[in-house]
Amino acid sequence: MSLEVRNVSRSFDGKKAVNNISFFAEPGEIIGILGTSGCGKSTILRAISGLDSGYDGDIAINGNVEKEIQDTTGFIFQEPRLFPWLTVLDNVTFGLKGDKDDKITSAKAYLKNVGLEESGGLYPRQLSGGMAQRVAIARALVTSPEILLLDEPFSALDAFTKMQLQDLLLDVWRAYQSTIILVTHDIDEALYLCDRIIILRGQPGELHKEIKIEEPRPRDRASKQLAAHKAEILESLDLNLKTS
Amino acid sequence: MKHKGELTSTVVVSNRISEKKGGRTNRNFRGGEALLLGSIIPIALVLVWEILSRIGVFPAYQLPAPSTILETIRQMAQDGSLWNHIGITTYRVFVGFVFGTIAAVILGSLVGFYKKAEQLFDPMIQAFRSIPSLAWVPLFILWMGIGEPSKVTMIAVGVFFPVYLNLVSGITGVDRKLIEVGKMYGLNTFQLIKRVILPAALPSFLVGLRSGLGLGWMFVVAAELMGASKGLGYLLVLGQNTLSPETIIASIILFAIIGKLSDWILKLIEKRALRWQDNLVQS
Ligand SMILES: Nc1ncnc2c1ncn2[C@@H]1O[C@H](COP(=O)(O)OP(=O)(O)OP(=O)(O)O)[C@@H](O)[C@H]1O
Ligand SMILES: [Mg+2]
Repeated sequence: MSLEVRNVSRSFDGKKAVNNISFFAEPGEIIGILGTSGCGKSTILRAISGLDSGYDGDIAINGNVEKEIQDTTGFIFQEPRLFPWLTVLDNVTFGLKGDKDDKITSAKAYLKNVGLEESGGLYPRQLSGGMAQRVAIARALVTSPEILLLDEPFSALDAFTKMQLQDLLLDVWRAYQSTIILVTHDIDEALYLCDRIIILRGQPGELHKEIKIEEPRPRDRASKQLAAHKAEILESLDLNLKTS
Repeated sequence: MKHKGELTSTVVVSNRISEKKGGRTNRNFRGGEALLLGSIIPIALVLVWEILSRIGVFPAYQLPAPSTILETIRQMAQDGSLWNHIGITTYRVFVGFVFGTIAAVILGSLVGFYKKAEQLFDPMIQAFRSIPSLAWVPLFILWMGIGEPSKVTMIAVGVFFPVYLNLVSGITGVDRKLIEVGKMYGLNTFQLIKRVILPAALPSFLVGLRSGLGLGWMFVVAAELMGASKGLGYLLVLGQNTLSPETIIASIILFAIIGKLSDWILKLIEKRALRWQDNLVQS
């Protein structure tokens, strides 16, 4: 599905948090949103998800302007947000509708995708942080969202788990061709995953720059081209430079 | 529970499993040991008490020997009056508990879910809460006479407040983040309540039930002291009037036993319902 954000602004108590953001995501595109803390990345994601409808401007999914929560949209939050009273398997089936056996079958398939097929009967308290986050990822993916919103999904994980999950995300993306919006603080992560990187700046946050990453996948995390992009991004994030 | 989780997540190697089993019996044994340790002092005290009573240090008309008390209970059990007293007292607590809980659930859900209802009811309920509940007794007796209704009402009032307060704080304290997850999956208000808010509020509600039940037992004593012709509280009055301390102490012991028993049942329910919780039931 395509996603269009058109002139979106959001104010909290009269104070602007983001100002006039516009971008367009092709179906199956991975878009990264980078920006310093407090520049409104989460705010934009919440507006797209429909959890927050108090913004100005339009958000169109497949050309239809919508303010409600779409059930074709999946959201992976910064924290796992698992329901502690449900087992891992029940957490994953939470958003599924229809026949119970079907639900369990597909939940198990996704748990396997995230490498947790053995852990379906555990409760969230029995999971490590990375396992919990993987369950959250499985829970969002099992509904085959056509648009997937990720708010710093891997930021609390160690470097190694992080890389594993990034590759997993790419596998899933390859299989389902979801449109992905990825908010991150991690420049390397954005370079490794995204087709395009949008850089926000300032307070209120404004769209500062769009960088297209043409490198074919699988990408080499240490490649020269990515390093060049990284320098460019670091430069644009540097608040001491004057905006132009 | 934790054990079980570990088991399922370990690679199944047979000698590893037997090792775990060994660990479990060991732990059970430790539980037995704790029980044993915990009962040493009470048993010793009862023995000393028995001996001191026998040699006449405690006068029998003030503090009868444990054996005398047991004998009293045995006699009451034999002529059947014991079951009668226990039955009626338990019945009163149960009915009062059910009514108090129902009222608390209805009002608590309203106040928890609707801001308007909170503004409407909560200040009043908080004001009523600051009245010591026993102060209602004369009024209830005046209104409903000395029969069952006034007693049950009193107990229900006692049960109401802890259940109500815990339910409301449980509902209003549900993590907004979990509610957002529910919303992302397109749940409507009713489904949100059923699938997210109620399960999240359950631990707090169960805490309320347990402290409500405790208050119920306290209030049944008060209610039966006021005037009753049956019940364990009546035995207290009877013992006082007939100058038989063994009846009073027997009644106290029976209160302790069934009070503990009913709490144990709730604790069991709590344990089953809250298997998922990190800190299993704090007794
Ligand atoms: N519910 C809210 N009420 C008031 N102000 C808010 C609210 N949510 C966000 N803001 C403000 O909007 C601005 C952007 O917040 P947002 O959470 O989108 O930042 P962010 O880019 O995601 O930052 P971070 O990288 O630290 O997560 C901040 O200045 C914040 O104070
Ligand atoms: Mg954020």
